[in-house]
Formats: sequence, structure tokens, C-alpha cells
Amino acid sequence: MKLRHHSRADKIDLQMTPMIDIVFQLLIFFIFTLKIVSPEGDFNIKMPVAAANVSAAPTETPTLRLRLQANDEGQLTALKLGDTVFSGENRFRDLHLAIRDLVSDAGGPGSASDQEVEIDADYDLHYGNVIRAITAISGYIEGGQRHSLVEKVRFTPPKAE
Amino acid sequence: MRVTSGKRLDPIELDMTPMIDMTFQLIAFFMVALNFSEADIDQRVNLPGSELAKPPDVAYQEPITIQIAKDGVIVFGMGDVNLAGLKTGLLREAQMIRSFGDKKNIKDVTVIIRADQTVRTGLVQEVIKACQDAEFENFALRSKQSEDSVLVGG
Repeated sequence: MKLRHHSRADKIDLQMTPMIDIVFQLLIFFIFTLKIVSPEGDFNIKMPVAAANVSAAPTETPTLRLRLQANDEGQLTALKLGDTVFSGENRFRDLHLAIRDLVSDAGGPGSASDQEVEIDADYDLHYGNVIRAITAISGYIEGGQRHSLVEKVRFTPPKAE
Repeated sequence: MRVTSGKRLDPIELDMTPMIDMTFQLIAFFMVALNFSEADIDQRVNLPGSELAKPPDVAYQEPITIQIAKDGVIVFGMGDVNLAGLKTGLLREAQMIRSFGDKKNIKDVTVIIRADQTVRTGLVQEVIKACQDAEFENFALRSKQSEDSVLVGG
């Protein structure tokens, strides 16, 4: 019977070549567009323009002033918190410990979030130092947990060049 | 003869299945690893590192990215601008957000600042000032995550 003869046809031979061509094209495309980037994170700062007349409503904790002095090359030459000068190899570490003392001295929980630090940096200072300073004052990681110290950070208005 | 019959073998049939399996696996991997958000990352910016930097828990409602490259070039929107150009661009952006009326609030906008670590701080402050003049008030200073503490060393 003819019908039966049809059912005994050879196995259909799939053409693999075009598919593999396309698949390799895709593979090459994705390999070349892949770029490994290190993850990025943010420091959030709320700085409304009215910050200049904040003194009209004094808070319980006075604003700390962090002074970052730089030389012409943008290197950090002096690091001062209020009147305390930090120097030497581990000045950022010392600044961090000072802030930690300050926050724990201030008493119970919640006081840290009221503390405000104003960063007064020289125009030429390399920006990386500012991020280090913000890292030092804003918190620390201990046992995989992030503890925050001072959350409110703001900058002084830009100085003349 | 046996030897001659051996020569008359059928063409060898390669088993394609495992190869195609692996290739699709690879494609799937590279597709997932492809990061489209790189579109607004300028290669000239080498971010400062910080061990505390962690990606935001929730995506910003209205992000605006300003990048400052090594040589002090400001990248805003589609191209390089100078400080005056940035100011105009920000004012235009602010005006556009206001024109949305109640749907968008300028207070919800977060300005993401991606500045190179060797850029002068004064320039960053001027950029922040320009944003404040356009009434933006939330800022996110971006840095790359580092494993080691950046506090160690002078």
C-alpha cells in the first residue's frame, strides 16, 4: 500500500549548519559585549539650597566642621575636625575613631542621626580624599554588618579657585 | 573480503546535541551577564573606592546622572559640557519636571554624581551648587565598592 510506504520514509535530516552559524554569531556577540564592572554604591546627601540659614533653627547637636586642606597638587595636607588635628599615616582611621567616640559619648541611640558634619575642602583637593573622609565619618562595617555613624553630611559652598 | 567491506562505512554522524546544549548555556550566561545600564557610564571616570558604598536598595525614582571625568570634563545628558552648559541643562531639566505638574516632584529627583577620584573637589562643589540653583536637593555621590578599608594609609 502506498500510504504505508510513506510512513517508512527516512528520518528527516535537519539542517544544523545555519542554526549553528547563528548560534555562534550570538555567542561571539555576547562574549565581546561582556564587560566586568565592579559594583558601585552611593553616599546619599540631602542638601537643600536653604542650608545656609539653618542656624535660624539651632539643633541640639552643633554642626561639626571637617576641614580638608590641600596643596597645589591636590594632596591632602591637613585634616581637622573642629579644633582637633589628625596627622600621620592613619589620619583617616583616627578621624573615624574620633567620630565613633563622639557618637557613642553623645548618648543613646538616635543621637547619631542628628549629628551633622560640614565638609570644608580646598578647591584643588582630589575628590578621592573627600570620599575617604565621608567613609570615615558615615559608618563602619563590623562582622558583616553596616553600622552608621553620621548620616548628615554637607559641603560648604564652593570657594573661589 | 572483510577489509574492503570495512571501507564502505556510512558517513560518520556527529551527535550535535551536547554541543548545542553547551552553546545555548553559554549564550544564556552571556545574555544575563550583559549589563545594559552601562550606557550611562563614562569610561574616563575612575571612581574613588569605599568599603561602605553599597548599591541603593531601591532604584531612584528620578535619577539624573552627572559625570566628571579625570580632566574636569563634565558629562551630562548626551555629551560633554562645561559648567555653564551644565547649568543651562539642569535648568531645562528642572523646568521639564515642573511642567509635569503633580505627577513629578523636583524633590524626588536624585542627582547621581560620578566623579573621578583625581577631580578637584571645588569642581564637584560647583556642580552641586549648579544643581542647587536648579532646586535639586538630593545627591548621591557614587563610588566603587572596595574590599579593603580606604581609611588605612595617609
